Amino acid sequence: MAAMNMVQALNSAMDVMLGRDPDVLIFGEDVGYFGGVFRVTDGLQKKYGRERVFDTPITEGGIVALAVGMGAYGLRPIVEIQFADYIYPAMDQLISEAARLRYRSGAEWFAPMTVRAPCGGGIFGGQTHSQSPEALFTHVSGLKTVIPSNPYDAKGLLISAIEDDDPVVFLEPKRLYNGPFGGRPDQPAKSWAGHPDAEVPLEHYRVPLGKANIVRAGQAATVLAYGTMVHVALAAVAECGIDAEVIDLRTLSPVDVETIAASVDKTGRCVIVHEATRFSGYGGELCALVQEHCFYRLEAPIERVAGWDTPYPHAFEWQYFPGPDRVVQALRRVVEA
Amino acid sequence: MPEAALHRELLARMWLNRAFEEKVSELYASRVITGLLHLAIGQEAVAVGACSHLRTDDWVLGGHRSHGHAVAKGADVKRLMAEIAGRATGYCGGKGGSMHLVAMDAGFVTATGVVGGQIPLALGAAFAAKEGGRQQVAVVFFGDGAGQSGAFHESLNIASLWRLPLVFVCENNGYAEFTPLSAHTLVERLARHAETYGMPAHTLDGNDLLAVHDAMGKAVSQARAGKGPVFVECLTHRMRGHYEGDPAKYRELSQLAEWKEKDPIARFARMIETRSGLTAAEHGAIEADARARIEDAAQFAIASPWPDADEADTQVSAGHG
Repeated sequence: MAAMNMVQALNSAMDVMLGRDPDVLIFGEDVGYFGGVFRVTDGLQKKYGRERVFDTPITEGGIVALAVGMGAYGLRPIVEIQFADYIYPAMDQLISEAARLRYRSGAEWFAPMTVRAPCGGGIFGGQTHSQSPEALFTHVSGLKTVIPSNPYDAKGLLISAIEDDDPVVFLEPKRLYNGPFGGRPDQPAKSWAGHPDAEVPLEHYRVPLGKANIVRAGQAATVLAYGTMVHVALAAVAECGIDAEVIDLRTLSPVDVETIAASVDKTGRCVIVHEATRFSGYGGELCALVQEHCFYRLEAPIERVAGWDTPYPHAFEWQYFPGPDRVVQALRRVVEA
Repeated sequence: MPEAALHRELLARMWLNRAFEEKVSELYASRVITGLLHLAIGQEAVAVGACSHLRTDDWVLGGHRSHGHAVAKGADVKRLMAEIAGRATGYCGGKGGSMHLVAMDAGFVTATGVVGGQIPLALGAAFAAKEGGRQQVAVVFFGDGAGQSGAFHESLNIASLWRLPLVFVCENNGYAEFTPLSAHTLVERLARHAETYGMPAHTLDGNDLLAVHDAMGKAVSQARAGKGPVFVECLTHRMRGHYEGDPAKYRELSQLAEWKEKDPIARFARMIETRSGLTAAEHGAIEADARARIEDAAQFAIASPWPDADEADTQVSAGHG
């Protein structure tokens, strides 16, 4: 075991997989020589060579397409899209090709690739460096979508994603790279040091895809969250004293309906939190699932706490960002209903 | 304009650009400005030389490193500074910020934070300019890092095919973000791509203001005359990191020193000392005037109110404010 922040944990996952499987390789913008804009691939080119960890031009469509084609020859590529906001030129390749190869070929051909991309706000990136586009991927059959919330999960989930035989979009909340962020920018930033989930095995391990994690057990309400919002939700629960159960979904598609339904059946109340815009956001799907599975147990309307239905505004970072105050208000509404 | 006056004017514009960027850097260090900032210190000759031939109603588009393009196009430096600082008095009321500047009153159509995204947008601006029949032109600035994107090649083809009044200005500063151009392509002179698409193309010293000025003069005239697009590749260097805070360890110190020798402002000033009789006192006054204007802009931004959060969900779609 070693204390790791999320950057180190992700790096360790790729290090382990490069070491175990000669078919694994990494490429993307600035990932080789430079080690990645967020340092996630730091040192890997030096250790494994330019044949396996290499830089590409700024050509997202090409990067993803390259990975799809590699799968045909048995390679298992990990690509980095430098910011999730840059992924749109690659959507055609992801949606029309990567996600459909298995179906199109009678399962003879598939795309065992992982697309890593830092997502989310909280770093004043404005409208082209802060987005949370997860719902664009969860909407596509054939893609898996993962968002970790801590170093331990980040490593275990990334290993599972790399080993998975289907394309996985692996979104990394960049506000969590260096510490658990509870949504209070006026308070000093916390690092991962000393956090129980920052104790990470050095060796290979998996956190399974499609399994949620109950990060706080409770009776009064269920909070469904992922990524940065897990920490915001925990902060909100701590501040308001409502005995809420907080579930970190970890994988958005396939989603762990069983864990969600069991919790809402128990509490009868549900708050969904995500940073992405609200309208047609992933919370809409969660809301539908909860009512399909738990309708007769619900004691209150389901609440959604989300980013605003606007581009990420430069001047309103912390108003847009769904902080603990908004989560507390939603929790109060569901328990008082 | 007589040559001596033109030279002084161009020098003043370069200083305005330099002073703007240095002030942004200073305000970032003192946390007045937050966010991701990409400065173009060292590349002033390209922005100034290119924009010096443009009318207010010509259109300019840029990318993530575009403060200088907006300044050179004549945008109000107070409103630009306020926008970067996220203030209500900014061009976009603080909603856009450094990478997403728009100053339509000055013909600065947009900057975008996505590398290369502005290039195909410029096709639309140029098409509209052509349709408008008022001999307007569009100029799009981008870096060498954008030159390997699909959008770049699609745009060169369409501009050439339809003879659009568009000047492509490639600021080849040798680095796509943190990685040298040699790791991105074997075609290190991007002008060669334009030739492939049947477009006149020039590669020149982008730190030589007069070289840029002359080449752009011809390029803009050709576009304005309806003779189609031109590609101007300017070899230059950014003296700061990719973004403010980037220690730029990927760059050799000797390389930085070499480019410092080629500083576009100092070079141009030395040249016009002999050619146009610029005195040290005049030069000092030009620099001081630029710095004073930028200081005013900074004070304007600092004194400006923050926008009201109720404004945040306005202007998302038509009919919503």
